[in-house]
Amino acid sequence: MKVSIIQFPGTNCEYDTQYAFEKLGATTEIVWHKETSIAADTDLVVVAGGFSYGDYLRSGAIARFSPVMQAVEAHAARGGKVLGICNGFQVLTESRLLPGALKRNEHLHFISRHHHLKVVGNENTFLQKLNKGDVVNIPIAHHDGNYYIDPEGLKALYDNDQVLLHYCDSEGNVSNPNGSVDAIAGVCNAGKNVFGLMPHPERAMEAILGSADGKAMLEGFFAS
Amino acid sequence: MKAIVNVFLKQGVLDSQGKAVHHALDSLKFDGVNDVRVGKQIVLDITAADEASAKAEVTEMCESLLANTVIEDYAIEIVS
Repeated sequence: MKVSIIQFPGTNCEYDTQYAFEKLGATTEIVWHKETSIAADTDLVVVAGGFSYGDYLRSGAIARFSPVMQAVEAHAARGGKVLGICNGFQVLTESRLLPGALKRNEHLHFISRHHHLKVVGNENTFLQKLNKGDVVNIPIAHHDGNYYIDPEGLKALYDNDQVLLHYCDSEGNVSNPNGSVDAIAGVCNAGKNVFGLMPHPERAMEAILGSADGKAMLEGFFAS
Repeated sequence: MKAIVNVFLKQGVLDSQGKAVHHALDSLKFDGVNDVRVGKQIVLDITAADEASAKAEVTEMCESLLANTVIEDYAIEIVS
């Protein structure tokens, strides 16, 4: 399993992401955004979290035009897997690799804490190790995590099992920290090879960090 | 030539900043405010042959980078 992790100026989760995937046995490579290609044997591209280009203009808006993104788009177009975490999710929506957009949190605060998530769709590589309805505990840390998509787009997402995760409380009841449409925390594309979520599974890899629930999520990419 | 671009969230997309400002104005007893929208203004100093080509080029900038048309509308004004 070879994971290429994209690094923009302002990315700050690349080493956590590298640690998480190496812990699971993957070979990883951090790829600077000026590169025009990614390793040919890449199984998974991860667009890591952070504040690419200082979040200027909009989160992810400028990163989308970095040279490496053409290689990421080509990888996605040939069916290669791509995962965007937090700012990476924002970059993927700005690139139109994922539907919708991320707005400022409804209450305008930066939120940084553990939050529970409920698995909505597991018929995909990413969440296949989890069951529908499972509740996991994963940290969130964002200012622009308010997922928006228009009503027709939302219907299409549900019709095609593209909604991955809802924010919830420990009992699995809806608990929406940022105003996202339908409390959505993560989605995938229609082809089910591009995934994005605002929470950080790479920060929940061992109990000493408060939760090891991120493991089951990232392990999904290892099953054949 | 100067191009002024105003970017706002689309009507129907909740503008949390506008709502917060509206609420604050209310608490300051400015009772006549019906709605508040907060957006951003981008001012570009550009070289272009004429107003029409300037507008065409800035439109392209808006569509590709300056606005996210999934959630935002933009308006362009060219000032010579």
